[in-house]
Amino acid sequence: MNDIVVTSRIRLARNLSDVPFTIKMNDYDASNVIDRVKNVILKNKQYHFDFFEIKKLPLLKRQVLIEKHLISPALASSKIKSAVAIDQNENISIMINEEDHLRIQVLYRGQEIQKAWEDANKIDDFLEQHLPYAYDETWGYLTSCPTNVGTGLRASFMVHLPALTLLGYMKGIIDTITKLGIAVRGFYGEGSEAAGNLYQISNQITLGQPEEDIIANVVSITNQIIEQEQQARLKLLSENRAFVEDKVYRSYGILKYARNISSNEALRLISDVRMGISMGIIKETTIDKLDVLLNLIQPAIIQDYFGREMTPEERDIKRAELIRKILG
Amino acid sequence: MLCENCGKRPATVHYTQIINGVKTEMHLCEICAKQKGSIEFDAPFSVTNFLAGILEPAFGAQVLKPSLEIALTCKGCGMTFDEFRRAGRFGCAMCYSSFSEKLYPIFRRIHGNTKHVGKIPTKMGEDIAIKREIDRLKIELNVAIKNEEYEKAAQIRDKIRDLEKKLSRE
Ligand SMILES: [Zn+2]
Ligand SMILES: [Zn+2]
Repeated sequence: MNDIVVTSRIRLARNLSDVPFTIKMNDYDASNVIDRVKNVILKNKQYHFDFFEIKKLPLLKRQVLIEKHLISPALASSKIKSAVAIDQNENISIMINEEDHLRIQVLYRGQEIQKAWEDANKIDDFLEQHLPYAYDETWGYLTSCPTNVGTGLRASFMVHLPALTLLGYMKGIIDTITKLGIAVRGFYGEGSEAAGNLYQISNQITLGQPEEDIIANVVSITNQIIEQEQQARLKLLSENRAFVEDKVYRSYGILKYARNISSNEALRLISDVRMGISMGIIKETTIDKLDVLLNLIQPAIIQDYFGREMTPEERDIKRAELIRKILG
Repeated sequence: MLCENCGKRPATVHYTQIINGVKTEMHLCEICAKQKGSIEFDAPFSVTNFLAGILEPAFGAQVLKPSLEIALTCKGCGMTFDEFRRAGRFGCAMCYSSFSEKLYPIFRRIHGNTKHVGKIPTKMGEDIAIKREIDRLKIELNVAIKNEEYEKAAQIRDKIRDLEKKLSRE
């Protein structure tokens, strides 16, 4: 099912009971939290974490971490002292002094929500042994924002829904699902609505349900959406086969031969080809390669990949070069 | 008798207050009594109810209002409930208990729920168990003392001390 679920992510929001939350923090408090969390994290023998203070990172490096979904834009531009611990495989990141003192995040490719939850839970257990968590018997984990109180859990899938989008079914689906306490958003930022036909599905409710139920609920609704996407693809194939074949092969042709390509155009074309592969139309390349590209084409990551800063014009040329290389 | 406060209208409300054995009497008109007490009351008016309910922190109005304001300020971080409402963010862990009553409708609106049924942190779970054990031992201790079983009482006391040490180790 990796052709529809691109990534699975678990996030846990946690706070310390003896320090003001980030909105009321001063410099001393912020350093205090960073130092204590850092000390604890470095004690962990199971994972190897690298530790970064955000203000000491160059802007490009921060942007790379955002594009890899290892930190949030809010953490990157935080006015107070903030930091992040990232495990060597880049699956786990612990943001310090984002909206909450701690944001434990685990992200895997494909449908791996259970694995992500197990990791996040384990790291949470470990941190909790050494840090005084803000917790209440009635309200659970106390968070900065009332929308996260209780479990502090956000379980989310990034899904690729080109056929539902093409057929105009997404608005109706989003309206229905919102009523079930599940949110569906375009994945790449607020402004760019569902660029690349990628959507994020996640729970809204965090209080009054156990973690396992919250996750099961998101999984069940995501599975229903996946099924609808599969139906929509079959419908496209049976009713508009010529149109679909032309569309995905054109996109493949541009990706394979272009000499200058923006990240937005690349994202759109990758989406078409990705669908073309899972429909069995395109056999010349793989979903895995396209998912690698999905990451690499982003503005900061591509500069990081080539090891130097580039102008937007230069990036578009290098992006086309990189895509040609990977598609072979 | 005229009202002791305004001296104009007849005194129809009579207070008797005893603080540290000193008896104070007050005779007010209905209007002044309403202002002082800041409550709704209609004649026929029962002095006893009035005494019980209102006179406790002698003459409410001035005391009552500021104290309500204080209740809506977090003792941990100084955030006011209004500030919380505007920012949509809590200032510290204590804000939750400080604004406790006002939070139920908010949580119900957001989550449809007001009670956490998920994960309990291990250490906190242990602490809760230890606290319960201490409470149980304290009852046992009282029984032992009552029965003049002093040796047993000493043993229980030591157990309680050990558990209390365990609680404060962090
Ligand atoms: Zn009067
Ligand atoms: Zn507070």
